[in-house]
Amino acid sequence: MVLNSIDKLLEKYENGETSLKEEQVLKNYFSQDNVAPHLEHYKPMFAYFLGNQQEQYTKALPLKTKKTFNYKWLSVAAVAVIMLGVYFSGLIIGPDECQENLVGTFCEPEDAFNEVSKQLAMISNHFNKGTSAVNYLDEVNKGASTLNYLNEIENSTSIIFKTNQ
Amino acid sequence: MTQNEFLNIVMPFKDKVFRLAKRLLVSTEEAEDATQEVLLKLWRNKGKIGEYKNVEAFSMTMTKNFCFDKLKSKQAQNLKIVHSNYEEKSTPLQKQVELNDSVSWVERIIEELPEQQRMIIQLRDIEEYDFDEIAKMLDMNNTAVRVALSRARKTIRERLTNTHNYGIK
Repeated sequence: MVLNSIDKLLEKYENGETSLKEEQVLKNYFSQDNVAPHLEHYKPMFAYFLGNQQEQYTKALPLKTKKTFNYKWLSVAAVAVIMLGVYFSGLIIGPDECQENLVGTFCEPEDAFNEVSKQLAMISNHFNKGTSAVNYLDEVNKGASTLNYLNEIENSTSIIFKTNQ
Repeated sequence: MTQNEFLNIVMPFKDKVFRLAKRLLVSTEEAEDATQEVLLKLWRNKGKIGEYKNVEAFSMTMTKNFCFDKLKSKQAQNLKIVHSNYEEKSTPLQKQVELNDSVSWVERIIEELPEQQRMIIQLRDIEEYDFDEIAKMLDMNNTAVRVALSRARKTIRERLTNTHNYGIK
């Protein structure tokens, strides 16, 4: 009786007319041990179907919650940077006023020229003072020239030694 | 949508995606890659998930298309040699060696079927979807699915009977 219905089910099964429930009946039947000998060759098929259901995907899934970079904000940032740049450069270079209290700073070019020539004159003054202090070295030269008469002695001695030879 | 919400949606059918990919691509590694790719695609478009009527069916269709693309690409043709691992490691059900052997025969027979029949066998006999769902996933009509299924089942049975009776190969 059971076998008969299984045979019928198998025929329906091969025609693709079985419902999911009927297929479940077939799978149960073939997963048990005592299967009718003439149906034995169906067993591996259903065993394979059942076995294959167990296979699982075990790899981890790399789900990144990556925030996609929004390029709109880049332009906003760029504008901000440019504004800041303009603002600060205005502070630094900005107003072209002359500040007298800074050391070495002149607002009128003529003042600067006068100051420079004054400085240069002072430098040359001191320079001259220095050279005049070195003038006494001339005395040494004078002394050395008075020593020239020693040459005369040498001349006479050389004459004497020549005659002796 | 947070990661957890997404995983709750995806978890129930990620294995089905994997098995379908494996049915088509044969190699486990490639199937894993394909599954990852499909799920990541879903994740990237997570904003649209609410719009899909049936996320599972949609993902299966995506998997099918992705695997077809893979098979068509040149890359897949270079990899054919890799597919030599016919051994099914994760079937604890079959402990007897003899049975295990004929079970791997089933796998080999299914592998030789045309892609469409393979997918239908996978979706119907292994994943147990009903015909309407399969028809929607594969973009076919109901009768065509039945016909292809019937053909596939008959082919499997015939080849299985042959090997069973004569022990050829």
